[in-house]
Amino acid sequence: MIDAKTLADHNLTREEYDLIVKLIGREPNLTELGIFSVMWSEHCGYKSSRVHLKKFPTRGKHLIQGPGENAGVMDIGDGLAVVFKIESHNHPSYIEPYQGAATGVGGILRDIFTMGARPVAVLDSLRFGPIDEPRNRSIMDGVVSGISGYGNSFGVPTVGGEVYFNDCYAQNPLVNVCCLGLARKDKLFLARAHGPGNAVIYVGAKTGRDGIHGATMASAEFGEETEHKRPNVQVGDPFKEKLLLEACLEAMSRNLIIGIQDMGAAGLTCSTTEMAAKAGTGMEINLDLVPQREAGMNPYEIMLSESQERMLIVAEPDKVEELQRIFNKWDLDAVVIGKVTGDGQLKAYFQGQLVIDIPVEAVVDLCPAYRRPAATPAFLKKATRLRLPEMPSDLNQVFLQLLASPNIADKEWVFRQYDHMVQVNTMVLPGADAAVLRLKGLKKGLAITLDGNSLYTYLNPRKGGQIAVAEACRNLACAGAAPIGVTNCLNFGNPEKPEVMWQFKQAVEGIAEACRQFEIPVTGGNVSFYNETEGKAVYPTPVLGIIGLVENTSLVPAAGFRAAGETIILLGENKAELGGSEYLRLVFSEEKGEPPTLNFEKEKRVQECCRQAIMAGLVRTAHDLSEGGLALALAECSFKGQRRIGFQVKLNDAIRTDALLFGESQSRIILVARQKNVRKILALARKMKVPARIIGQTGGRKMVIWHRKKKVIDQPLDLGFRAWKNAIPDYFKIKKN
Amino acid sequence: MMKFGVVVFPGSNCDYDTFHVLQNVMGQETVFLWHKDHDLQGVDCVVLPGGFSYGDYLRSGAIARFSPIMREIKKFADSGGLILGICNGFQILLEAGLLPGAMLRNKNLKFLCQQVNIRIENNRTAFSGAGKKGQVLRIPIAHFDGNYYAPPELLSELEKNNQIVFRYCDRKGQLTEEANVNGSVNSIAGLINRQGNVLGMMPHPERASENILGSEDGKVIFRSLIDYLEKKKGTGKKKTVRAVRPAVSPLPPLIGTF
Repeated sequence: MIDAKTLADHNLTREEYDLIVKLIGREPNLTELGIFSVMWSEHCGYKSSRVHLKKFPTRGKHLIQGPGENAGVMDIGDGLAVVFKIESHNHPSYIEPYQGAATGVGGILRDIFTMGARPVAVLDSLRFGPIDEPRNRSIMDGVVSGISGYGNSFGVPTVGGEVYFNDCYAQNPLVNVCCLGLARKDKLFLARAHGPGNAVIYVGAKTGRDGIHGATMASAEFGEETEHKRPNVQVGDPFKEKLLLEACLEAMSRNLIIGIQDMGAAGLTCSTTEMAAKAGTGMEINLDLVPQREAGMNPYEIMLSESQERMLIVAEPDKVEELQRIFNKWDLDAVVIGKVTGDGQLKAYFQGQLVIDIPVEAVVDLCPAYRRPAATPAFLKKATRLRLPEMPSDLNQVFLQLLASPNIADKEWVFRQYDHMVQVNTMVLPGADAAVLRLKGLKKGLAITLDGNSLYTYLNPRKGGQIAVAEACRNLACAGAAPIGVTNCLNFGNPEKPEVMWQFKQAVEGIAEACRQFEIPVTGGNVSFYNETEGKAVYPTPVLGIIGLVENTSLVPAAGFRAAGETIILLGENKAELGGSEYLRLVFSEEKGEPPTLNFEKEKRVQECCRQAIMAGLVRTAHDLSEGGLALALAECSFKGQRRIGFQVKLNDAIRTDALLFGESQSRIILVARQKNVRKILALARKMKVPARIIGQTGGRKMVIWHRKKKVIDQPLDLGFRAWKNAIPDYFKIKKN
Repeated sequence: MMKFGVVVFPGSNCDYDTFHVLQNVMGQETVFLWHKDHDLQGVDCVVLPGGFSYGDYLRSGAIARFSPIMREIKKFADSGGLILGICNGFQILLEAGLLPGAMLRNKNLKFLCQQVNIRIENNRTAFSGAGKKGQVLRIPIAHFDGNYYAPPELLSELEKNNQIVFRYCDRKGQLTEEANVNGSVNSIAGLINRQGNVLGMMPHPERASENILGSEDGKVIFRSLIDYLEKKKGTGKKKTVRAVRPAVSPLPPLIGTF
């Protein structure tokens, strides 16, 4: 019955099939094969990545829960914990942008509240093909609407993230969603089906035929026939999810729950087998009792449906009635569909017949892990060799051009579609280096940022991984926060190709090394392979989500200049580094060279100095230098304040002017301070052995930069502002007749 | 001290925000009112908070008006009780017929979350008495359907009766097309009923009531209500005793009853 075609349809190899037969002691039936197929898919089983992910440091002083659960958990004191994780929803978002992105948000929200936390912030990292292509704009519009439609209705603020455009994402857009939740430390819940005899309860939306094999879909390359994969994408209902949140948190606070797991990828299959496997128990369920949206569903469909807004709860039998009362209060179904057993098997009955009988350990823990071959890609040699082009004569014009680059330009068109203020905690609005949330009633707050530069990772995956961590930490430092924990989303091509595997391995090692340097544990995350369509893969794109603690939220500096006549200080050194820069990409169409160097010791000192200056109350504005370099960082400070304020900056570095203005050397931060505090900041920097100098003043209606007595940038504030502000909205203008 | 009730519909998501500001910032006794209840718990003022009641399915606010508590709220309105509808709360008041007119999608057909400026057009109401006529308040909006519409005859009636309490304006208080971000007719941001006890507004004053979040202008609305009620009750401002404030928790309490 299980022929080669069936196996191919299930994305399983002959060897994997033989292993299944060995593990269960017989040929599986089709439903059982389906279960193995999703649980052993790349998406659920991490079979190509597991051996490398072990390299991440997973211990740290704030850590409560590391990898292996629905999300990571950090202790932030005062009896509180933050629960956070990032997930990709790339494949579904390409096929059906609105629902793909919406259910991406829905999925990560459930991962957070299934642990007992209330989601308090969402950030997303979005990558699309060039914005001037209508097809890419349509995907972007759909994705942004989907995130907005789901998150806004659910009532979680979307407080930041990144939006980046590059050719390599045209047929493989990336949608990574990171969520942060807040919980009481003594009220955390795990996905464990403890206690044979306990009830297994299905809560939330009914099961339909949507999303069957969504996880398997995300574990293969796309060809030309993606159109008819649309039914694999789930449909989201944020209203139901909001009710589910409130009902689950209420049941949790009343101590009615032993274990709980959301039904995300692989639906009922994943939640039943994982909960049992983690507790060393088994489970027996009756599929006829599963609430169904449509008639005539068979066991295969019921088990593999990825219908959204569902949860599986294990509770003591005498608590079931109270649980049901709570769910009914929130107008939700809560149905006992089975019980926990002690035999380590998942057994499922359908119309009186035993249709599934497999050991949960085999499904969950014995998925094969592959050490796939890795080989250095051939293109690297050419790509990293860079002959610097001649410097353009009019850098003032280049400055304007960079301001209007969609990668640098203002992203308000995106952010204002997200409710970023609900829950009244958002102190720093989207668009700053890091989002900052106050904690009501406490002095301290949380900062969070998402970061990743795929061009660097393309040119040097190891360094790209390191820089992603360093820059994310630098973003936090600019908010006065110290990093405490990491989650990451690793977006790569087909891991069966040695070049992709090499990129993956290098990037993971780079991230691991950087996390060790900053002494922050990786608490989990997500690997998304097969971001490849018709043989063209995305650039290796690790996205780092790092959370930080702010001791005193009242000292958090602004992202923009606050007043004229304040002093601009540069921490760090300007180097002649143009490799992998947005400047080369935009102006010369060159995606070439070595990414900037990174010295961990220097980087850490710069960040510490920035943090200490902020916590001493000396800093008015802080901004990290990244894409576009010094000139663009200064311009962003000009534009992001309550009102626009210009600057006068004088530089004397003995390097090429374009590298000075637009180079992306690491470990640099702009601090702006009142005159009387400048000396204190410089003294602090000297003490910490951080290069620091005054480079100019805020004020005026112009942005002016001098290099060795020559005026190299001189732009009226309004002109630059319009270029930066309108670049993205202009592409989406509704044409009036 | 006055007693405020914040209604919780399924899908309300600014319920705790509003509760937090009323209780922890304004120092008033505040309770949640569960939508399936019939008891208003003796509150002096009912607030319908923002959010997506019933997912905004069918039409924003269209289903919430059938919730059991709405019957009590109508009675409360008829007897002169103060009702403030914020954002989705405003939409519900329109659907329930407690305020006239209707909402359309924003003119750019996108959800909009941003700071706006609104001008106090009428400060002789229970909701705006603490402000000055012409005063500009900086308060954020966050909605998809905030493009207020009223047919011409209704509109002239509203204008004639001074029922327009807030209008979108620029920083300087000028009414411009650009400042009227959602496209509302006559730049209407907030509206009161003829009797003067029911007000709906699209901007979220609870999001602009603490300095740490960037603006305290929203307090004008809550302050107005408190002043009005104190005057009406004859307690006088000076005599009121500050109640012991409950400890502020970063996490909201449980909402609703069985």
